Amino acid sequence: MKYLCLVYLDEQRLDELPDEDCVAYDTAIRSSGHCLASEALQSVHTATTVRVRAGKVSVTDGPFAETKEQLAGFYMIEAKNLDEAIRLAAGIPPARVGSIEVRPIRPIRETVARVGALRHANPEDC
Amino acid sequence: MKERKVASDEPRQPLPGAVASAPGTVRELLEVIYRTESRRMFATLVRLLGDFDLAEEALHDAFRVALEQWPREGVPANPRAWLVSTGRFKTIDGLRRRARFDFVDDLDDRPDPASEEAADEDSIEDDRLRLIFTCCHPVLSPEAQVALTLREVCGLTTEEIARAYLVAPPALAQRIVRAKGKIRDARVPYEVPSPAELPARLDSVLRAIYLVFNEGYSASVGESLTRTDLSAEAIRLGRLLVQLLPEPESIGLLALMLLQESRRETRTTTEGDLVLLDEQDRSLWNPELIAEGLALVERALVSGRAGPYALQAAIAAVHSETPTAAATDWAQIVALYDVLLRLDPSPVVELNRAVAVAMHDGPAAGLAAVDAILARGELADYHLAHAARADLCRRLGRTEDARAAYRRALELVRQAPERRFLERRLAQLPA
Repeated sequence: MKYLCLVYLDEQRLDELPDEDCVAYDTAIRSSGHCLASEALQSVHTATTVRVRAGKVSVTDGPFAETKEQLAGFYMIEAKNLDEAIRLAAGIPPARVGSIEVRPIRPIRETVARVGALRHANPEDC
Repeated sequence: MKERKVASDEPRQPLPGAVASAPGTVRELLEVIYRTESRRMFATLVRLLGDFDLAEEALHDAFRVALEQWPREGVPANPRAWLVSTGRFKTIDGLRRRARFDFVDDLDDRPDPASEEAADEDSIEDDRLRLIFTCCHPVLSPEAQVALTLREVCGLTTEEIARAYLVAPPALAQRIVRAKGKIRDARVPYEVPSPAELPARLDSVLRAIYLVFNEGYSASVGESLTRTDLSAEAIRLGRLLVQLLPEPESIGLLALMLLQESRRETRTTTEGDLVLLDEQDRSLWNPELIAEGLALVERALVSGRAGPYALQAAIAAVHSETPTAAATDWAQIVALYDVLLRLDPSPVVELNRAVAVAMHDGPAAGLAAVDAILARGELADYHLAHAARADLCRRLGRTEDARAAYRRALELVRQAPERRFLERRLAQLPA
């Protein structure tokens, strides 16, 4: 079961988290087989927010919302249940200083495929 | 698509409709089984099926099939195992059918005897423990833990829980649906925690149970009937937990609840006004609850691993064993608070200790301790801190300070009986 770990922290406190520590954890979790993808992000100042309304694309400078803690990176992990996901998330160094949001993925491709198959089999039922 | 009956609104009484019209003895037997065993069977079905809603469905399917078959074929040797096995079979079968769209009604749905679970006592108790720990998992909010536990472990209906918490039933139902949704979608594991995780996880369970107890314990007279049921439910849960997992803190919590419950008759006047501990008629305290509570305190303390609940119970026990307020051994209570404070260094514990210090060493010492907490900026919005301060100032003759403190407490107090109590004390101050 896949979970996305969103790493949030106050950018002012980045100096409390040496890159070496973060890379060390990243290496460990990747070699454990639990990590499917992971990246650190550039500062929130480099963000651009894209919206399309009535067919028109608009871009704004900055994150989608101003928050006390900012998104700093992510880990997409594989865990057998939420307890295991939490254990893995707790090991992420920024957890000591910020917050890790752990969210299960929604199997949207499988759901859509199944509904498509249902419609094909019983068009009047759905 | 087959409509699935939502079980959460079923009454906790005998099954509706079908049961009432079934042949006498089978109906009676199933009613007894439902009343005494359905929550245990539910816990096992959650483990077997991995889902709360499926387990409810399985439980109802099982009883429905029993009603049809037992009059014809006789009551099975192990009714509970039969019901669990049948419920599971029917539900899995139902899932397969739905996936394949071939609804064949007269399929032979007799359970295969070889696949019947042994359903021995140990695995059932494990299942109940698993259920409690899952409902009280810390990833759920405390409100969700409480609602889910009352619904799934205690078997209260959504209406009963909503009434007890003065919440609209749809809102309560939504809370439960969301909690089950989180358990399912985030894959909260259905397990008894490992020894390493147990202390923290048990803490969550105990906190949820005590939350339920307190909801029932501090109700005003208007809602008292419903709220008393909550305390009884919490005690029932506490007993179940001690039976399944006799850790010192489980024992300590049960002791604490029993000792507090023993005073229920004396805590309020008939008008619903508060009666403080030192004014309660101790002859009206329930001696059976006290005896049971004291024995449990003893058990928790001799374990050598007494925690905060056991210590709070020990403090309550000192009062319970003392025939008159004047005879209270405050030195012992302060000493117990010293230990409690080391285990649970929270400002509320510190406040309660300060009140005991005042009783032992006089109001000036108590006031110094209360002021130390407030000076740190803690408990500024806690009405009991200001109420304690007011009382101590009053006893020291510092009338204006007492008045100001009572007023501050009144700004913060939420419950009507406490409000009336503070207003009375304020009015009694010299002009």
